[in-house]
This record gives sequence, structure tokens and C-alpha cells, in this order.
Amino acid sequence: MENLEFRFTAQPVKPAAGAALCGVVGSGNLEILIRPGDEADACTVVVKTSARGFGKIWEAVIAEFASRHPVGGTRIAINDMGATPAVVSLRLGQALGDYTGGAQ
Amino acid sequence: MNAPHSPGAWDTRRQGRMRRIERAASLGVARQVPASRIGELLEAVIEPGDRVCLEGNNQKQADFLSEALADCNPERLHDLHMVQSVLALPSHVDLFERGIASKLDFSFSGPQGSRLARLVQDRQIEIGAIHTYLELFGRYFVDLTPNVCLIAAQSADAAGNLYTGPNTEDTPAIVEATAFKGGIVIAQVNELVDKLPRVDVPADWVDFYVLAPRPNYIEPLFTRDPAQITDVQVLMAMMALKGIYAEYGVKRLNHGIGFDTAAIELLLPTYATELGLKGKICTHWALNPHPTLIPAIESGCVESIHSFGSEVGMENYIAARSDVFFTGADGSMRSNRAFSQTAGLYACDMFIGSTLQIDLAGNSSTATLGRITGFGGAPNMGSDPHGRRHASPAWLKAGREAGGPDAIRGRKLVMQMVETFREHMAPVFVEELDAWKLKESMSMDLPPIMIYGDDVTHIVTEEGIANLLLCRTPEEREQAIRGVAGFTPVGMARDRKMVEQLRQRGIIRRAEDLGIDPRRANRDLLAARSVKDLVRWSGGLYAPPARFRNW
Repeated sequence: MENLEFRFTAQPVKPAAGAALCGVVGSGNLEILIRPGDEADACTVVVKTSARGFGKIWEAVIAEFASRHPVGGTRIAINDMGATPAVVSLRLGQALGDYTGGAQ
Repeated sequence: MNAPHSPGAWDTRRQGRMRRIERAASLGVARQVPASRIGELLEAVIEPGDRVCLEGNNQKQADFLSEALADCNPERLHDLHMVQSVLALPSHVDLFERGIASKLDFSFSGPQGSRLARLVQDRQIEIGAIHTYLELFGRYFVDLTPNVCLIAAQSADAAGNLYTGPNTEDTPAIVEATAFKGGIVIAQVNELVDKLPRVDVPADWVDFYVLAPRPNYIEPLFTRDPAQITDVQVLMAMMALKGIYAEYGVKRLNHGIGFDTAAIELLLPTYATELGLKGKICTHWALNPHPTLIPAIESGCVESIHSFGSEVGMENYIAARSDVFFTGADGSMRSNRAFSQTAGLYACDMFIGSTLQIDLAGNSSTATLGRITGFGGAPNMGSDPHGRRHASPAWLKAGREAGGPDAIRGRKLVMQMVETFREHMAPVFVEELDAWKLKESMSMDLPPIMIYGDDVTHIVTEEGIANLLLCRTPEEREQAIRGVAGFTPVGMARDRKMVEQLRQRGIIRRAEDLGIDPRRANRDLLAARSVKDLVRWSGGLYAPPARFRNW
């Protein structure tokens, strides 16, 4: 197990739901929970992952996500079991879609 | 007038053929050879140094004859030059390890790729060249004509006529080249019958046939279980359909094998139909009978399919859908690899396949260190045929994107569809293909590149679509590739500003640029989510092999 924490500044999000949960903790997959955060222009992310040594890629994937979408004012919790960056990006997009009701 | 040849020296091949037939006759065997005497026959009709074609593609295999040849005495048979489509069976490699054969010209060696690489390094084998199927078939009629071919058929009648059934595959090309240039044709058959359903190879092209102790092996290579398709593959399939198939109006195409293309096939009755694309895309195919295409066929999305070979379990379904598939008067399918490859090369507007590595110029290769895998048919279908002269909307649009409105030719659409990382986080996008190191270690003339970068028009990954037709400089091309290479080292090293400019010009398009909601990228969008679903779609006509039956 490895625990990672990141914080990115981002445009504020317009939530449509109180929280959004996406994905499952299964081999090659992950679970993402988006909830309201404390700062309107920042996104904090906590990752618990079964695969050690991929911190740099996690940071890059989430930074890219935060730069492409307004995600300020969120707190994202991720429980991962070896998802590829492709799966992580897709699930982040899906969770955000649920959180904002489809507005990007 | 000069007369360089002495009288009678114009038919040495025919004389050689008579010599071989006489040796066989002296064994006391008739044209129908007992299985127990096949080794004697092979040693009688094959001579050291002969070019021998052993039939076997990635589907049906003349496996009994291959094992019999490998069991021959290397003191009698040696230095054979094997000219064959695929090195697939252990016995194919045994031929070289046992000193019966020494030279190989071939196309593909999937499962035997590592053993083949070892033989090359140990200098137990000389590789002439790795070909595409059409290239190799072409050379059968030019400078690699077999002296003897060993083929596989479903059944023979008493006269020696052969029925090859749905898996005709390479047989016509091999037999034609051998029988009409003084060669010997030997067939293994699964059964002897009084009357064949139809004659695929006439008896007077066949010298010997043998009832094999067991039916020839056929690999169900084209079956993909929908249960293994991932949400990421669904996303990529949505992008391909909306961003490429729809925009170019691709009606005539070939799909490579894989879960990526299976996902596209399973979205035709759902997502593509919802986009109003039914009848506007994917109507005519050069394609093996992929079970994952059943829902699209049943939904009326597909008009015609010509196949390289058949697929295990699809026989009854194909026979019941003769408007779609090519079938004989007897009702069963007739495939033909040479014709289907020609169709894929010249008559299709698009090829879409996958690969293991892509470099910054878009060159792709499935060769990795320690494995010589070859190409099969992908380079034929995945290349822009400069001999093409007929136009179609898709071909013209692609040509004009590349060459401007006054372009004097169109372009074949050649798509590579990959996730940026393979299993074990191996990046697909690389600075240099392993093919180059393989070229050095194997002393090859050329790196084994499957699809050349200048033939590739689009690369689709989970990160989006790169349209290489619209790139105007090598730098733009490199950044377009980096721009869809995601979080691989190649992708991370992209010039962000330039990638953003390429995106504004529509050269790179992400899912959101295409108006695709990632929440819909879900397996629920697949028309079938299991093999059982496919059976249900087929009305019970599709009979999957046991290994795909998990219910």
C-alpha cells in the first residue's frame, strides 16, 4: 500500500450533487469519491493504492485532470487496485460528470 | 537462331515430378495413401533442397503432415526451404531443430516467435524474408514456387477431389502455384466421402491424399469474449465511431483482431445506430467471421462480408446468412485468403488495427526483443495502395486532408487503436521501436516494422484521436503523437503549447471535443456483454467452442 496526497488549484466547480462515487475496488480498477472541499479554488486528492512507486504518474494524471476541468472546491478520495492511467482518467471524468450533473 | 537448351531440357520440373511419382509408385502406394505410410511417401517424393510449402495459417493447419515431415529421417530429407504463411505449430519449428529444413520464407510466427528467435541466433535457421501474406503468395508464382506442398482439406472423394469447406483459406493459392509448375500436391483430409458437398480443388491437381488420424487443427483466433471488454475500450470505440467512422462515412473496411475492434463491432447496433449511422458506415467488410459482429448483422447494419478464413462455431450461422457471407451452392461458406487480402488492400477504405509499440514517426511494430513474430496481413490492409484508382467519399476526404483540395489521389484510412500502456505498465509509445534492436541482433536487412508511419492516418488512444493527415511538418506529427500518448514518458515529454495548438486545429481531438460524455463509456453500451449474449443474438446458430462456454 502507498498513500499519496496532492493539492491543485483549479477553477471552482458547480456541483449538482452532494457527493459522487464511481468505480469499484477490483483488480485493475479503482473507486473515486468526490465531495465538497474547504477551499473554492483548490482540489485536494488522497490516493490509497496497492501499487507502490507510481507517485509521479498519479500526480501527472490528476494534474492533467485538474487543468482540463473546473474541479476547485472538491475533495477527492481514491482507493486503487492497480488501475492504469487510462482507467484513472476515465473514472475521474465519470465521477466529475456525476458530481456536476454532466456540466463540464 | 541460337538453341541454348539441348532437346528435352525444357521440362526438367515435369521430369522431376515424374521421377518423384515413380518413386512413390515403387513403394506400392496409390493416390490414397494410408496414414501409416505417410513418412515413406514424403521421403520418396521430397528431395533434399526442395522448396516445401506446409499449409497452415493462423487458422487451419496441415498438422498431421507437418508432424510426419518433422519425423522424417534427416539423412534422407535435409536442407529443405520452407515457404509457408505461418509458423504456428511446435512441429514447424521441430523441422529446423532436427535438421530437416534450413531456410524459411514466411509471414507470421505468433506463438513460436521466441523459439524462432533462438534458432536464428543459434544459426540453425536462415530466414529469407518476413513477408505479408499477399507478398508471399505473389512469390509462390515468381521465385518461391514450391516443389511440394502439403495441404489440409475437410474431405476427399474416391477420385481425389477435395472439399475445403468454410476454411478454404490459403489452399487455392498454394495448390495453384504448385500444381501448375511441375510440383507435387499432397493433402491430408478429415474424412473420405462418396460425394463432396462441392469441389474446391479438382482431383487432377492433387497427387496424393491421406485420411489423417484426427481432424486438422483449427484455432478459433477471431473470437473475443465480450465479457473482457473494458470501459476504456468502450470509450475508445465511441471516439473512433464518432470522430472517424462517421466523419469519413467509412462503408468498406477491415478490422484487425482484438478487444478494441470488438468493442466497435458491439457498438454498431447501439451507439452508432443512435448517432444515425446505420447504413452509412460499416456496410461492406473484408473480415473473418467475428462472432462479435453478430449483433450488428442481426440489426441490419451489415450488407456483405468476405472472409480470409472461417471461425470455429460460426459455420451454421454463416450458412443461414448467405446474403451476407460468401457461400457455395451447397450452402457452406467459402473463404479465400488471397482474394480477401486483395479486397482489404484495394477495395476497402479503412483498416483499423492494434500494435505493441508506436514510435514518434508513427511506425508501429509487434516485434519485441527476443521474439520474431512477423506481420501476417496487417501491412497489406494497413497500407495506402498507390495502385488504387477508384474513388469513394472516405478515400477522397482523406486524400484531400493530406494533399489539399486539388489532391490527385485519395488516401486509405489506416487507424492504430491502442491504450497508452499495455499490461505491466509497458508504454506503447516509445522513442525507438524494439524492431531496431531486433534488426541488429538478428542481422536483418530491415527493421520488422508492421505499419509504416507514413501509411498511418489516425492514432486513437484513451486520450483522444490524432489525425496525422492534417499534420504539415514532422514536428507537428511528433507532437500530435505525443499529444495522445498520455502519461507514458513520450506523452509526458510533449510540448504542451504546441499540443494545445494542434487541438485547436482539430488535429488532436479529446473525448470532450467530440461531445462524448465519459459516463456513457460503460460496458452497458455493448450490444452483447458475454459469449452467451452472442449465442442469443444468433438465435442459437452460433456454437462457440468449449473454451468460450462458461455458462
